[in-house]
Amino acid sequence: MDDAYFLLKAKGICKAFPGVKALNNVEFELKPGEIHCLMGENGAGKSTLIKVLTGVDPLDAGDIFLDGKAIAPKSPHHAQQLGISTVYQEVNLCANLSVAENIFIGREPLRFGSIDWKEMNRRSQELLAKLSLGIDVTQPLERYSVAIQQMVAIARALDISAKVLILDEPTSSLDAQEVEKLFGLMRKLKKQGLGIIFVTHFIEQVYAVSDKITILRNGELVGSYETVNLPRVQLIAKMIGKAFDGFESSCKTLKLDILQESRNNFLRVRGLGHKGSIHPFDLDISKGEVLGLVGLLGSGRTEVARTIFGIDKADSGEIAIEGQTVTIQNPADAIQHGLAYCSENRKTEGIIENLSVRENIILALQAKVGWMKYIPKKRQDEISKKYIELLNIKTAGPEQLIKNLSGGNQQKVILARWLLTEPKLLILDEPTRGIDVGAKVEIQKLILSLAETGMSVVFISSELDESVRCSSRMAVLRDRVKIAEISGDEMEEKYIMQTIAGV
Amino acid sequence: MKKMQLSYKYINLMITVVLFFALFAAGSVLYNGFFSTQVLLNMLIDNAFLIITAIGMTFVLIIGGIDISVGSVIALVCMLSAYLLEIQHLSAIIVIPLMLLMGFLFGLVQGSFIHFFTIQPFIVTLAGMFLARGLCYVISIDTIMITNPFYQFVATYRIPLPFGNFISISVIIALVLVLAALYLSNYTKFGRAVYAIGGNAQSAMLMGLPVGRTKVLVYGLSGFCSALSGVVFSFYMLSGYGLHAMGLEMDAIASAVIGGTPLTGGVGFVTGTLFGVLIQGVIQTLIMFQGTLSSWWTKIAVAFLLCLFIVLQRIVVFRKERTKSIS
Ligand SMILES: Nc1ncnc2c1ncn2[C@@H]1O[C@H](COP(=O)(O)OP(=O)(O)OP(=O)(O)O)[C@@H](O)[C@H]1O
Ligand SMILES: [Mg+2]
Repeated sequence: MDDAYFLLKAKGICKAFPGVKALNNVEFELKPGEIHCLMGENGAGKSTLIKVLTGVDPLDAGDIFLDGKAIAPKSPHHAQQLGISTVYQEVNLCANLSVAENIFIGREPLRFGSIDWKEMNRRSQELLAKLSLGIDVTQPLERYSVAIQQMVAIARALDISAKVLILDEPTSSLDAQEVEKLFGLMRKLKKQGLGIIFVTHFIEQVYAVSDKITILRNGELVGSYETVNLPRVQLIAKMIGKAFDGFESSCKTLKLDILQESRNNFLRVRGLGHKGSIHPFDLDISKGEVLGLVGLLGSGRTEVARTIFGIDKADSGEIAIEGQTVTIQNPADAIQHGLAYCSENRKTEGIIENLSVRENIILALQAKVGWMKYIPKKRQDEISKKYIELLNIKTAGPEQLIKNLSGGNQQKVILARWLLTEPKLLILDEPTRGIDVGAKVEIQKLILSLAETGMSVVFISSELDESVRCSSRMAVLRDRVKIAEISGDEMEEKYIMQTIAGV
Repeated sequence: MKKMQLSYKYINLMITVVLFFALFAAGSVLYNGFFSTQVLLNMLIDNAFLIITAIGMTFVLIIGGIDISVGSVIALVCMLSAYLLEIQHLSAIIVIPLMLLMGFLFGLVQGSFIHFFTIQPFIVTLAGMFLARGLCYVISIDTIMITNPFYQFVATYRIPLPFGNFISISVIIALVLVLAALYLSNYTKFGRAVYAIGGNAQSAMLMGLPVGRTKVLVYGLSGFCSALSGVVFSFYMLSGYGLHAMGLEMDAIASAVIGGTPLTGGVGFVTGTLFGVLIQGVIQTLIMFQGTLSSWWTKIAVAFLLCLFIVLQRIVVFRKERTKSIS
């Protein structure tokens, strides 16, 4: 193929929202048979670029060419017809419909003019099998975890025969194996001449699949580079606009301090279990300790958190807090005892779309002090400003509606909400999902400094290196059973991996 | 385990069906002559128009909307048909299609307002309700009797069934519509898009479904159904009058809700709605057989049922949320 030929080309793209210039004169070029990573910090404009390319939001200025012809997609429907198939950030499916329908809706197989359910179910099963997912496709999607929903969304996009495939952070809740499967399929599609746009915050994944990288910063194009010619340090530097100071230096010492102090038991769990979701387990968490929960996807990490927090009511076992046996029947009880839980599912359980950033931050604090007690507006402003700064939340201001924030920045708001309540035990379920490298380190540092002040933290993450960095001890789960605890020198990626895999 | 889970969504539907047969059985035990096919068929005959309206309403509820203009549209159709047939002396062959077209367009216009100007469906159809009711009185403030021979024939014609039973033409129309609606909701792209949009309109849009078109068409469908119901109602009443079908929209909504279609959208059953209507029919019949109670007791019974079903729905949703991430 000659070098000047582009499958998808965008020129001079501009897009402004009230108060933000989300994209300013951005260029983007995609060749056939190319996997092209779109990189940038939270709020850099990646999702916005994808949305204007696929007709979700109208362009302010600029031209889009597909196969050399100028196009102007009016809606995702139109973009699909033109040959652009997209998985948007966050799972965007209809939870009330069956898995199979979610894959096929809008293009259902027909037989004599009516929907052929048998065929649809069969083909869905086949498609998911390619992603090594053997679930019952006739069940409503809401039965399944975010990770599975994400796989279903991917399966849908893969099956729409298109020229361009766009994946906006599709791997944020997948584990290593699933990601590998996805990459395998992406490579196969690439061979067939598809152009793939891939957004992720996982640097390793970028280098594992991509041919080219385009970097955005604050809505401006930084540049496009061949992946092989762009070392990691430079990539990160270009993304954040300054040299990246690593994590390692500051935190090794921190962790030692924590270990020494952490003899004071805070939470003691004995034989706690919930039928069908997690086998009875024991767990001890000391004051000022960060306990990592590791395991594969679906191994029961989230379920441990949900059972402790009372979302799933335990049907066996007991919990003692500071030596006192307590009954936790529901989240309200848990909050009463100083627990806080930051859920992995920000879209449905986290943000309240039509409230402002300030209101979203204040929410948990308000719940804690009681709904009738008024928190002065001035104090609310102070608090939200402080956390916006602390977590580097990119927003036009505290009064911006949270739904207008980029995915990663929404995540930061939820984190702020729980940090603010100053709980004694904070459970963080995938707190850094969808958060850019720079902010990730900031959050990890924050977690450690919180632990230093005596807060206990349960830290759930699919990224092993992150867990290793943050935790002072780890509990390993497999198939909904707690199988081991790791601490001290054993906390090293290879050993943990072996424990998880059980070899 | 799997069976158990499956039933969550269908629980209201199942309760409705079971309750219907239980009430029917109770009537049969209590009253002589209750247990007969004809009593059952009479429920269909007397409620054919309600079935038709409620079917249209079901689609509107599934998409997450509401249409409270249907009762007035029925009144308008009765009134306008009476006027066109009796005063303008038009033929029924012209009047009936005209009425159906009018209902469809009426719905489309309401749907367009709802979608393109993003106004709440309640407000738009409230305006539609006043408009249609008002138009009735513009045509006439009195009752206009329908003497058209075709209408007279349809109104009185009884289709004989085996063992001396019979049904009316309206019942045939209603049952055909039920079958068509079943097909539409389960086997067409349009029907599935309705469910998807009711589940999550934003996602449906991002998945490339024609959200706007589907929404507008659903209101068109509801308008069409109420017009058809109006035609059937004029067969039944043989008159046009501004107070016809007062509050029928609420009966239609109640039928759908009792049949397992919540107001929150994304879920709903055509069969459920049919049984929702029939339950009201069986209660009416029970009260009729009882003899001393006034017919308003039907409303009281329906009120209790609604209450029961709304509480049930909450429980179902609640339990679902608890068992959500099992896999
Ligand atoms: N509908 C909207 N109204 C107002 N501002 C918006 C809207 N959508 C996006 N923005 C703003 O545009 C900027 C770019 O957002 P975008 O979602 O494209 O970021 P992103 O690069 O995808 O980040 P992330 O990695 O967090 O997903 C952000 O500052 C965001 O607040
Ligand atoms: Mg994004």
